[in-house]
Amino acid sequence: MNKILIFVVAILFSSIALATTPIDQRMADYNPDGSLIFDAKRGEDLWNQKRMVDGKQRDCNACHGKDFTQPGEHVKSGKVIKPMAYSVNKERFTKLKKVKKWFKRNCKWTYGRECTTQEKGDLLKYLSQF
Amino acid sequence: MIKRLTILSMVTLLGLGINTSVFADGESFFDWLLTTDSRNEIKPMQNELYNEECSDCHFPYQAGLLPEASWKKLLDPKALEDHFGDNAELDDETRSAILDALIADSADKSRYKRSKKIMSSLGENEAPMRIIDIPYIKRKHHEIPDKLITGNDKVKSLSFCDACHQKADEGIYDDDSVVIPGHGNWTW
Repeated sequence: MNKILIFVVAILFSSIALATTPIDQRMADYNPDGSLIFDAKRGEDLWNQKRMVDGKQRDCNACHGKDFTQPGEHVKSGKVIKPMAYSVNKERFTKLKKVKKWFKRNCKWTYGRECTTQEKGDLLKYLSQF
Repeated sequence: MIKRLTILSMVTLLGLGINTSVFADGESFFDWLLTTDSRNEIKPMQNELYNEECSDCHFPYQAGLLPEASWKKLLDPKALEDHFGDNAELDDETRSAILDALIADSADKSRYKRSKKIMSSLGENEAPMRIIDIPYIKRKHHEIPDKLITGNDKVKSLSFCDACHQKADEGIYDDDSVVIPGHGNWTW
C-alpha cells in the first residue's frame, strides 16, 4: 500500500516538474514564500528604461535586440548573445547561478545599480511571454 | 668512449635534475625532453571554468599571454566591475579559482616560446592590462595596415585575436594560420 502511495506521489511531483518551465522555476527562486507578485508590464517598462552613460544610450535592447527570438549583439564587443526567448533557446534561464550573475552585471551596467528582487521577478515575468 | 658518453649523459641528467628551473611548473624531465610543444607557441587554456566564464563575452585569452602581475590587476574585484567598460563581476569563489588557473600558467612561468618572448619584451616591473600593449605583440602587428584591422568591419580591433588567427583557441599564433577576413593570408 505504502509503495503505491509513494508511486502516486512521485508521478504527481514529476508531472508538476514537467509543467513548469525553467523561467517559472527562476521566478519561484526569487519568491520562495510567494509573498511577491510579479508583473509583466512593470518588467517591460524596466526592460525598455533608458539611461545615458558618457553620452551614449544604454538599455537592455542595446545588446539583446528587440526581437527576443533572434540573437543579440553586444553593443561594444560585437559578441553574439543567444536569444532571450526560452521558446527558441532552451538553455535560457536553466541555471540559477547564471541568471543571478547576469542580473547583477547587467543591472549595474544598464541602470547603474543592482535590481531589487521585485524588479528581477518582473523582468522574468515579462520575458516568460516569449 | 661509450663509457665517457654514459658519464657525460649521467652528469647532464643530474644537472638538469637539480636545475629544475628549466622546466615549466609540473613539467617532468621526460615531458621536457620528449615534447617540442613546450618550446612552441602558447599553452592552450585547459581550465574549463575559465573558458566557460570568460568566453561568454570574449575570446578566452591564454594565461601565457600576460604575466602574473597583470592577471592579478585584471581579476581584482574592483577592476572586474569596470572590465574595459563592461561589468564582469564574478562571485569570489569563481574569481579566485580563475585567477589561480591564470597565475599557474602565466607568461612569467611558461616555457612556451611566445610567452618567453612576451616576457623578454617587458620591463622588469611592467604588467600591462592589455595584451595589445605588450611590446612584442605590438611589434608583431605593426606592419599590418590599419585598414585591415580597425578599418575592417570583420576585425574591428587587434583585441579580437581569433578574428584572424584561425588556431588562436589552440594557442597557435604563427603566420601560417593567419587569415585576415576580406583580405586573405598574411605574408610578410
